[in-house]
Amino acid sequence: MATTVMNPEDGERTASRSIIHRLLEHLPPPASIGPAVALAVTCAFFATQSPRFLDGRNFSLILQQVLEVGVIGIGQTLVILTSGIDLACGLVMAFGSIVMTKFAVNLGLNSYLAIACGLLVCAGFGYLNGALVTFVKLPPFIVTLGTLNIAYALTQIYSKSQTVSGLTNTLLYFGNTFRIGRTDVTYGTVLMLVLYLMTWLVLRDTAVGRHIYAIGNNPEATRLMGIPTQGLLRRVYTLAGLFYGIAGLLLVARTGVGDPQAGQTDNLDSITAVVLGGTSLFGGRGSLLGTLVGALIVGVIRNGLTLMGVSSVYQILITGILVILAVMTDQLSRRNKG
Amino acid sequence: MPVVEAHRTPVMEAHGIVKRYGRVTALDGTDFELLPGEVLAVIGDNGAGKSTLIKILSGAVAPDAGEILLDGRPVHFKSPLDARREGIETVYQDLAVAPAMTIAENLFLGRELHRTNWFSSFFGILDKRRMLEEAKSHLRGLQIGVRSMRQAVETLSGGQRQGVAVARSAAFARHVIIMDEPTAALGVKEGTMVLELIRRIRDRGLPVILISHNMPHVFEVADRIHIERLGKRVAVVNPKAISMSDTVAVMTGAKRRDELPSEVLC
Repeated sequence: MATTVMNPEDGERTASRSIIHRLLEHLPPPASIGPAVALAVTCAFFATQSPRFLDGRNFSLILQQVLEVGVIGIGQTLVILTSGIDLACGLVMAFGSIVMTKFAVNLGLNSYLAIACGLLVCAGFGYLNGALVTFVKLPPFIVTLGTLNIAYALTQIYSKSQTVSGLTNTLLYFGNTFRIGRTDVTYGTVLMLVLYLMTWLVLRDTAVGRHIYAIGNNPEATRLMGIPTQGLLRRVYTLAGLFYGIAGLLLVARTGVGDPQAGQTDNLDSITAVVLGGTSLFGGRGSLLGTLVGALIVGVIRNGLTLMGVSSVYQILITGILVILAVMTDQLSRRNKG
Repeated sequence: MPVVEAHRTPVMEAHGIVKRYGRVTALDGTDFELLPGEVLAVIGDNGAGKSTLIKILSGAVAPDAGEILLDGRPVHFKSPLDARREGIETVYQDLAVAPAMTIAENLFLGRELHRTNWFSSFFGILDKRRMLEEAKSHLRGLQIGVRSMRQAVETLSGGQRQGVAVARSAAFARHVIIMDEPTAALGVKEGTMVLELIRRIRDRGLPVILISHNMPHVFEVADRIHIERLGKRVAVVNPKAISMSDTVAVMTGAKRRDELPSEVLC
């Protein structure tokens, strides 16, 4: 029996024997380094191909181009960490941006109030998703496939498929820029980075954050530990909806209009960003900052190929290959762990 | 091996517990008694009512009639959380851990420690260092050897994972640990390791209720055996005095309590 129970002193001696091992424990796991390396390699490649790539203004442009997918990606990551998925995100964002712009322009509502209404509608959609997943116990894929269509239809009905223009300055605020050196940076970019940082810290350093990971790992064990998993899931979907609303506000500010045709590919684009960022589609493992890196990888490839004068079809081809590689890596690492 | 004395006040007792599911009577006035510092095995054939009894003791199910006493004081559990607040912890057979999370995170899941300065407590920042240190001392106390508390639980063997689950319960249990088939999902060697853990917990003075189908395991580790049959406690026997076949005979109804010699009963 003494042989089956490992002696703790033995374990310690092994640990102290290899200092390298100890150092490795404090570094982030390889899964979270992979995406960053991929991004660095991609950037290095395009830097050799185009003199215009390594330029502050070009990076600012890339950041602006990933703005909506980036902010949607925060919500998508939260949902995927709980082992759910949200297909409705982009169209919820579009509906939110139509509500904001039409309330402000057509109803003449105070702009702040109009924005609040748009955010509220998006959070409401999120809550609806969460309620259907937890109360009715429907799979998230089906629920959000349904709300995707509902959000799209409501957008078309309410906007009569017309673009909303003539927006107020308040609605356009996040499109304004300030200068760092010779580079113009939009406030929207700053907001996205702040949202990433805040949410990342919550996921990493608070009990609620760890519980989100725990639900994705083993929902039954999490419930048995006295954590109200169903309520937490509803909060996660609702918060995700709020992020889609914020993405809608950034979209409005960037394009200057309320566009009823927006957001139709953002669900798959955000899932791509999440997967490229090393988060597992099976839930419970991954990092939020990875999603930002994943979104940037897609943005950099698109931007770099455009600078090289290569057709945008190749960008889609490369993204497809990268997604499969990322999921393969995840699967293989899980298989090795048994 | 502690000597079980009849006059000691039970840590936990239940009298006349009845539980019906529709027209099926799962428990028909069963009694239960757990003495301080003992390992009490609860055995019974399928449908004998032992899992219902355990669910009632751990707060997962409320009884229709009967009373539960903890240290002689009546208690009413509406949920497993109520039982846990009274210092009763349950270890489940299906390794209830979060595989991708670290040992320390699993140990404190749902009971995280927070930093206490005003900024951290406002934002609910976790005290990871303290959780790592306390996890380390809990696992060391039970002599569960693992490389680091930062290791993901999925990198451990099945026995070590169950070790983490047992350590979690032992860390928070003040009164009783209930173990529901803790060795069922494990190999022979790993099962033996968990039995060793049960003994260590008992030797610290924490009583353990062990539910198991595995007779050799029951006989190896139990101080007394509670035999449940047809919703009633038919006998409590001493594993040092009774044979395994007689125990199984009582459990299946092939032998009655009064057919047993009096020295095997306790």
